[in-house]
Amino acid sequence: MVTLGDYLVVSGLLFTIGFAGVLLRRNIIIIFMSLELMLNGANLSLVAFSRFRLDSLGQPNYHGQVFVFFIITVAAAEVAVGLAIIVALYRARRTTHVEDINTLKF
Amino acid sequence: MSPLFFWLFSALMLIFGTAVIINRNPVASALSLVVCFIGLAALFVSLDAFFLGTIQVLVYAGAVMVLFLFIIMLLDLRAEERRRINFLAFGGGAAVAVIFFFQLYAVINHLAIANLPFPTLPQARTDDVHSVGLLLFGNYNLPLQVIGILILVATIGVIVLSKKELR
Repeated sequence: MVTLGDYLVVSGLLFTIGFAGVLLRRNIIIIFMSLELMLNGANLSLVAFSRFRLDSLGQPNYHGQVFVFFIITVAAAEVAVGLAIIVALYRARRTTHVEDINTLKF
Repeated sequence: MSPLFFWLFSALMLIFGTAVIINRNPVASALSLVVCFIGLAALFVSLDAFFLGTIQVLVYAGAVMVLFLFIIMLLDLRAEERRRINFLAFGGGAAVAVIFFFQLYAVINHLAIANLPFPTLPQARTDDVHSVGLLLFGNYNLPLQVIGILILVATIGVIVLSKKELR
């Protein structure tokens, strides 16, 4: 039988994969994809909580799913703005490698 | 929901999620991300969240990934050449990620409700669009309109950012 803990561990693993991608990769587009993985890891745990914690009528708690809907919407807007920034950056510097962008480096 | 399908789709999602950060070619990473999101949509459906599963496929596997592939091809990125890796920084980053996961695992292990078995509904529900929509347009009406404004602002911002000359 699948328990709530199994879903939470899988969502934690997905979040950790995204976290490792942000920390280890140097290509800014891959870093951006890893951010999406982290957002989706959080979404999975929210939906799992919504299905496992039934309300007083014995129905899934749909508030969690509404929250996930908002996260997906904000993530879509974030992707559009972020990719536009990456394109502007590439026009100015001809690179997508974060180690080449070190003007603000201490 | 058979446990077999849960483990199958979890494995699919995690393997292709790892492929996203291992591949050196950005196009291969983006295509792995599509498979990862489809596995995640299957997990949403296994949790009776049919609406979110559909949205996940439409928005992420459809719109967002097309945007990623479009940008990768617009910038004409090839597989990045191997650079000298700073092993101290690489090892430190990997250690932080692993420690983070074990911390998370310890917290989940101590959670009392983590052993909750899969609850069965009184009757099978397939009208979750109805329930989510009622909440969205009733309880969460103001946040919904704020989100609408946010998307409008994002659209304008993208157009301004992609103009030829930034002033």
